[in-house]
Amino acid sequence: MNEIGLSQVLFVSCALFFIGIYGFLTRRNMITMLMSVELILNSVNINFIAFNKYLFAHKLDGLFFTLFIITIAAAEASVAIAIIINLYRNYHTIDVEEVDTMKF
Amino acid sequence: MDFYDILFWILSVMAVGCALGVVLSRNPIHSVIFLILTFFAISGHYLIMNAQFLAIVNIIVYAGAIMVLFLYILMLMNLNADAEPQKGLLVQIAGILSGGTLFLVLLAATKSAHNEEINKVSTNVGLITNLGKLLFTKYVLPFEISSVLFLTAMIGAIVIGKKEPQLKNGEEHIA
Repeated sequence: MNEIGLSQVLFVSCALFFIGIYGFLTRRNMITMLMSVELILNSVNINFIAFNKYLFAHKLDGLFFTLFIITIAAAEASVAIAIIINLYRNYHTIDVEEVDTMKF
Repeated sequence: MDFYDILFWILSVMAVGCALGVVLSRNPIHSVIFLILTFFAISGHYLIMNAQFLAIVNIIVYAGAIMVLFLYILMLMNLNADAEPQKGLLVQIAGILSGGTLFLVLLAATKSAHNEEINKVSTNVGLITNLGKLLFTKYVLPFEISSVLFLTAMIGAIVIGKKEPQLKNGEEHIA
């Protein structure tokens, strides 16, 4: 337990992932849900870098997966924020329970 | 316990604690601040794990750009007037159960997996020189595709976020 190995890193990323899942399921504020998604993406990034370091230390493929995940997360955040602004303009709330026009 | 182990555990406690703060705090502004702290801790993890360039990119893109965007949105929306209502107790219990059981299963799986030794290699494998060489040779196609993706996301964000023109009475909105 003294030496940090792969499993210790995986514990941390696992904890972050499920904190993100919990936040995504229980919050109603759409911005906080989006932040939980960012948390989930970052835990996956930690996993990629840890596996890259401990298993394939001479390659860089894990780092490139992380780089492209960060890229896509930025694009996703911008589009999601545009959707949130539009939602707020039309409904004057970003509570996901209040927006049920397409539900019934 | 050498220096890296202590650093690793400090960063881990910081990351998990701040992530809990993101999920549990009522005020969305506090959530954003906690999330920025979480990203700094994660960048510290990247530094330990020989990914120096990605640590900087993480700080610039996430903590610098995306989180500032979130803060602006929160300040535009004036959400602090009424505290955000939480979901019911049933949903919270369901969230804890589904998240917690999956967490336990994955924790057990990683614990029983056999532990790889750290192989000592040069620590500058994650510097920008190596990454850049590979980015413009092997990964040039995903690189170009991501630029197209960014253009699409930019146009999409502008189109979605644009203010709709005010309709006159009796006029039908087209498209």
